[in-house]
Amino acid sequence: MTPELITFILLASIAVASGLGMLFSRNAVYSAIYLIINFITVAVFYLLLGGAFIAVSQVAVYAGAIMVLFLFVIMLLGAEKLGRSGDTLPWQRPLAIILGLGLVAETLYILFFQAGELVALKDLPEGFGSPSSVGSVLFQEYLLPFEVTSILLLVAMIGAIILTRQEKKNAGR
Amino acid sequence: MEPALIIEWVIKSAILLLFGVTGFAYLTLYERRALARIQVRIGPNRAGPFGILQPVADGIKLIFNEELIPARADKLMFVLAPIITVLPALIIWAVIPWGGQVVIAGREINLYLADVNVGVLYLTAVAAIAVYGIVIAGWSSNNKYALLGGLRSSAQMVSYELALGLSFIGPIMLAGSMSLVDIVEAQKNVWFAGPQIIAFIIFLIAGLAEINRSPFDMPEAEQELTAGYHAEYSGMKFALFFMAEYIKMIAIAAIAATLFLGGYRLPFIELPAFLGPVVLLVKIIILLFGMIWVRATFPRFRYDRLMAFGWKILLPVALANVFLTAVILVLIG
Repeated sequence: MTPELITFILLASIAVASGLGMLFSRNAVYSAIYLIINFITVAVFYLLLGGAFIAVSQVAVYAGAIMVLFLFVIMLLGAEKLGRSGDTLPWQRPLAIILGLGLVAETLYILFFQAGELVALKDLPEGFGSPSSVGSVLFQEYLLPFEVTSILLLVAMIGAIILTRQEKKNAGR
Repeated sequence: MEPALIIEWVIKSAILLLFGVTGFAYLTLYERRALARIQVRIGPNRAGPFGILQPVADGIKLIFNEELIPARADKLMFVLAPIITVLPALIIWAVIPWGGQVVIAGREINLYLADVNVGVLYLTAVAAIAVYGIVIAGWSSNNKYALLGGLRSSAQMVSYELALGLSFIGPIMLAGSMSLVDIVEAQKNVWFAGPQIIAFIIFLIAGLAEINRSPFDMPEAEQELTAGYHAEYSGMKFALFFMAEYIKMIAIAAIAATLFLGGYRLPFIELPAFLGPVVLLVKIIILLFGMIWVRATFPRFRYDRLMAFGWKILLPVALANVFLTAVILVLIG
């Protein structure tokens, strides 16, 4: 076994274990912490693939900013203990099982019948995954999708601000 | 990978960690002495000449303190939280360069651990995960003051991280690189604190807020929250929180020196490479004195003012600075 393979198996088992831990933990704070571990493991995967920029962004954005907000909300609401009774969407569980099985079937199909098309990258091009190469691809080839995404995010942000303002006005009455 | 390289990295990491830990010990003494001078007192001067053994005495005292774990605390997280707090404070040093290249025993050795092309981004990533230790400590203590302290610090750190990240962009644009070594080399003659004075000031303010230093020490406001997130901690666990805060202070000073004050270089003078760490250390000590001075001088912000200041003043100014720098760079070429 090559060192890369050992690292991969080790990381993959951590990723799967933390994913399962996140799903099955009865305490929302533990779930969030498992998810953070999962995000950091994925970032290390990106590093192994030579994508330093996306790895660090993954840690800064997902493991950092977003999960801090998750934890913040969980703690602020005191919602860490999951009640068994509060199942308000009874149709959700069967639907989730069907969709999940569909996803697993699709993945297995691709893995066993189309795996030949996946080619391992042997020689990375010069500057692969560096901030400047990511930037030039993002701002030249994919400028339109990038701008559309930014506008979408901006609208979501303004929406969130307006929603909280509305609440304040009602409370004042 | 050659074994000599691994040994070199291990030695350099060990030096950095030792620097962090002794730096923490003597920064506490430095702070107490400097605060005492500002308040026309003498400060700790009993243990050894000038009190230089005081940190040792403090350490021994903390080791023999009784360690309490609150009855209904989440034990696992309660024990892990101090460790999670210290880790980011130590790993952030990996990308900070403390000198150029020296030759020791016929071997060229770079005086930095890693020169990566995402160095500045790495700093923001580590700053982003630095909040977890404090939040988890606040939550696991099962104490309302601790929880409030943890919540405050998460809100504060998320808010000021944005301004902190935007203040990095000025030096990145001027140097044309995210590698900290490149940024230091680009300041050969002009320190970025000159052309990027706005970014420098924003960095200093946001940096103080990011490490919960006075006047932004909201998470541990004694009058309102007893001691905030570490109210339930004692002994060595408390010492670890203390250590994290002081190592972060040194790290923020080192980052400020690297990004804005020429790092291990002096303007116009080519120093021998082995003097690089000394130059950086002098800059760090001067910046640390600034932080202590601020603590001795300014009262604490009110919490809502702190949020309003971060979002409504600091963030727009930082954005405007990024825009302005970009426009001027394009116009000049």
